[in-house]
Parts: sequence; C-alpha cells; structure tokens
Amino acid sequence: MIIEIEKLQLYYGEFQALKNVDLSIPERSVTAFIGPSGCGKSTLLRTLNRMNDSIPGVRIEGTVSIQGRDIYASDTEVEFLRKRVGMVFQQPNPFPKSIYDNVAYGPRLHGRTKKAELDELVEKSLRSASLWEEVKDVLKKSAWSLSGGQQQRLCIARALAVEPDILLMDESTSALDPISTTKIEELTRELCKQYTIVMVTHNMHQAARISDRTVFFLNGEVVEAADTQTLFSSPVDQRTEDYISGRFG
Amino acid sequence: MNIPTSNVQSSAESGAKPRERKQRHVAEEIRGKIYVYFCVLLMIVTIFSIVYFIASRGLAPFVSQGVALKDMLLGLKWKPEGEPPLFGALPFLFGSFATSLFAAIIAAPLAFCASIYMTEIMPKFGKTVLQPAIELLAGIPSVVYGFVGLSVIVPFLRDTFPGQGVGVLAGALVLSIMILPTITTIATDSLRSLPNGLKEGSYALGATRWQTISRIILPTTLPSLLTGVVLGIARAFGEALAVQMVIGNAPHIPHSLFESATTLTSIITLEMGNTTSGSLHNNALWSLALILLMMTFLFVFVVRMLERRVKR
Ligand SMILES: Nc1ncnc2c1ncn2[C@@H]1O[C@H](COP(=O)(O)OP(=O)(O)OP(=O)(O)O)[C@@H](O)[C@H]1O
Ligand SMILES: [Mg+2]
Repeated sequence: MIIEIEKLQLYYGEFQALKNVDLSIPERSVTAFIGPSGCGKSTLLRTLNRMNDSIPGVRIEGTVSIQGRDIYASDTEVEFLRKRVGMVFQQPNPFPKSIYDNVAYGPRLHGRTKKAELDELVEKSLRSASLWEEVKDVLKKSAWSLSGGQQQRLCIARALAVEPDILLMDESTSALDPISTTKIEELTRELCKQYTIVMVTHNMHQAARISDRTVFFLNGEVVEAADTQTLFSSPVDQRTEDYISGRFG
Repeated sequence: MNIPTSNVQSSAESGAKPRERKQRHVAEEIRGKIYVYFCVLLMIVTIFSIVYFIASRGLAPFVSQGVALKDMLLGLKWKPEGEPPLFGALPFLFGSFATSLFAAIIAAPLAFCASIYMTEIMPKFGKTVLQPAIELLAGIPSVVYGFVGLSVIVPFLRDTFPGQGVGVLAGALVLSIMILPTITTIATDSLRSLPNGLKEGSYALGATRWQTISRIILPTTLPSLLTGVVLGIARAFGEALAVQMVIGNAPHIPHSLFESATTLTSIITLEMGNTTSGSLHNNALWSLALILLMMTFLFVFVVRMLERRVKR
C-alpha cells in the first residue's frame, strides 16, 4: 500500500469536510473516487499532495502516510512531496510558455539544467502522455495554441516530467470532448503500469471502465471502498447501491 | 408571442397591445441612442479642438515664423527674447525624459514588490491596510508632493551629496512617489487577475513561492506590469508643479543627477504668463506643448501595444 490514510479529519474553519477517513491505496493501480458533488473527493485528493495547506483555516487530524512516511510530519518538505505526488487539474492549466518549457518547468525547478538531459526528459514525458507525435515539430510553439485535450495531455506530461510515483487527477477529463476523454482514459490505463493513479470522477462509467478500485464518498465519509468490479456489481452498502443505480446524486 | 406569466409583467404593460409596446421600445431605443451619440460627439469635438488649437499655435513658429524644427529639437540654448531669439528645447526634453524615466526606475521595483506583497504574501493585510494607503497617495495634490520634496528631499540631498539639493534626482524622487500608486494599482490588478490554475499548477510541481513568483507570475503579467510603468512615465512626463518646485529650473543639460535642470512642463508654466498671445515666444511655448502632446500619444500607443500582447 503506497498511500495509507488513518482517521483523517479535515476542517475548513468550523466545517468538517472529511470525517474519519480510513483508506489504503495500492501501488501501480488506478483508484477512482466517486460520490455526489461536495462530498469531499477533491478535498481528500488535495490532502495527498498538501495543496490544501495554502487555504486559510484548514485543520487536519489523523495521519496520511505515503511510502510509509507521514506527509504531515513536521520534517516533511512539501516541495519534495509534490515532486513525488503529481497533480492534474480539472481545467487544463498549461503555463503561457512554449510546449517544451512547460514540460521542462518541473525538472528545472528541481535543479535539472543540462540541455541534453532536459531534451531527453521532455521527449520521454511527452511520449508517455501520448502527445509526442502531435507536437514534436512544434515544441517551441506556445502551449496555449494547443487544443483543450492536447493541453490536458501536456499537463500530464508536465506532471510526469518530475518523475513522480503518484499521479492525482481531479476530474481531469470533465472539461474535454469525448475523443480527448477516450485518449486520456487509455493513457491512464497505460500509465498505471508505472504510476499509482488516484482520480476523481463524476462519470461512473469512467470509473467502471478504467479504475481497479473505487471509493464511494458521502458527506465527507468513505462509505465503501472495494474492487471496482465488486463495488459496481455487488455493493455492500445500501447508499452505494442507490448512488450507482442513479437513485440520488 | 404569449407569455403566460402575467404576474411578472406590470399591469400597465400587460394591458398594452404588443404593437404599442414595441413602439415604446423603439422610441426608448432612439432616445438612448441620441443621448449616447451626443456625448460621443461632444467628446470628439472637444478632443479635436484641443489638438487643433495646440497644433495650430505650436506649428506656427515652424511654418510662418522662421524657426527650424531641428533647431528646437536639438538646440541647447533657450533665449526667446534674445537677439536673435533662440529656441533650443533639448535641455527641457532631456530634463523631462531624465526625471520621468529615473522616477520609473525607482518606482517600478517598489511598486512590483508592494503588489506582490499585497497579492501573494499578505493578501489580508494588503487589502485592508496597504492598498487604501497607496490609493490615498494617488489623491494627494501635487503641490503637497512638491512641498514635501522641497522641505525634506532637497535638504537631505544638499546635506548628503555635492550641490544645492535641487536637481534631477530631487525631481525624480518626488515623481517616483507620485507615480507609485499608478504602477502599484495596475500591477496589483494584473496579479489578482492571474488565473489561479497557473499558480496551483506551479505549486503542484513542487515549486516554492519564490520560484512561482519569479518564473510564472512575473513573466505572465509582465506586459500588464509594463503598461503600468508606461502610464506612470506618462504621468511623470506631464507633471509640472511638483517637479518645478524641486528641480531648480536651470535651462541647460545637467552633468550630474545633483545639478539643476528643467522640464518641458515647468518651462511652459513658468513662462506662459509673461508672453503675449500670438508672439513668437508664446507660440514657441505652444510648440513645447505640442511635443508633450505627441509624447502622450506615443505613451498611449505603447500601452495599446502592450495590451494587445496581454490579450494574446
Ligand atoms: N476552501 C474551502 N473553504 C471552505 N469550504 C470548502 C473549501 N473547499 C471545499 N469546501 C467544502 O468542503 C466540501 C467538500 O468539497 P470538495 O471540493 O472536496 O467536494 P467534491 O467532492 O470535490 O465536489 P465536486 O464533485 O463538486 O468537485 C464542500 O462542502 C465544500 O463546500
Ligand atoms: Mg471536486
């Protein structure tokens, strides 16, 4: 288990957004978080790379361990944590730089400056994000000139370039067209051979299609976490069944 | 077109026939249009008359009174009442450029730091204390700046550096404080309007705050930041009173920052009252005003170019 969460409570000021979350996430697999809007999926995802730190009034109890180390321990270096735990957002957010510089941004932050080394890394990351063939001749072009789907794959390449172990994806296909979505879904299946992927999705078919495990959230609690097959075919909890059969949410 | 929600419409309106209603809308439309067009026309007429007036007076020395444009732009001596009269305006041009550019060089880094502080580092304190304070700076009349410059900056410079205290540096310092709010406000607005996703994207890759500021925030907002700087320079270029109080008003090109100089605006305000309308001297001052106007157009043009770059 690469990620282990124990008795996690998260408060936004007075409001408790996560209640007593216990969850383990296995290595090299795709885990999908599903649940109705506002149930805390993004919040949990963002505790995994500590993106909630900058929100004023956030308070966390319990432990979150990644590769056996408590990421909220006082000696954790947040920058290093985020290097290991990459994130792709809902809206594609490439920097207003060239395609090449977007991908090289992360490695440069972490001290890689040799041109040859960067070239290689950029190509490798773009290939892993299955974008290389489309952009290899226009690497100097602005990333903003790409289509939405290409931009999102660029953001995946950018996240892969710092060589993370875990990739967090928060509804990363919800702003994209069906073809781009399919591409990213296929890509996800490919990437999970090397990376641990945790994704939030509102699309239950998507969760069923590409995830190995599915976690169902309701009102800040984990209702059920199981193999995707099991969870969708024979849910244990009544609320899970109601949700996946579309009776609420 | 029948709308069933009669309770939404007022009783008067629901009683009116569709055609009457339409006519009323057309009438309103026309009235609004007339009003707007009238205002626009008034503005255009005003602007054109100003430009025409300044240009007709300002071009007279070159067209009909025998002054060469080159002599004015490059001449070093300003002796409008001399024999023969000399109209070298280069020292004023130099003074105006030197003080405004220098003011921008001093003010821009301060303004950028202030706006980064207000948006990225202490947004709460920035919004509640710093921003109102800086906006207040913008509202202080320029004579007050000149007075402060005269009673604080000039004595300080006199005691610390060679010279009389008055001069280019004193002018630039006063101007830099005056344009600080302009640059800060524009910089803060552009930093605030930066999409949150960009910053998050950078942090999520393991960037520190300073890395994010220097590699993402500043480069992305640079065109807007420069817009602020250009507007600041434009303001400094056109400022007369405060500079005039501290620059020493000596019509020559200074050899150091601590020497007196003068600017286009100060020479206009100082001499305009002593000339008779239509005289060569008076028209030559209008020529200086025309130069100022041209510079303003140039600044506006530069800002437009920068804005186009922001949009892309
Ligand atoms: N910055 C914040 N400050 C205060 N409350 C917040 C903040 N962010 C989220 N919340 C609250 O925490 C709860 C969980 O939010 P979260 O964004 O994790 O939901 P979600 O499951 O991702 O929903 P969605 O599917 O709509 O993205 C919501 O009730 C939300 O209102
Ligand atoms: Mg969410």
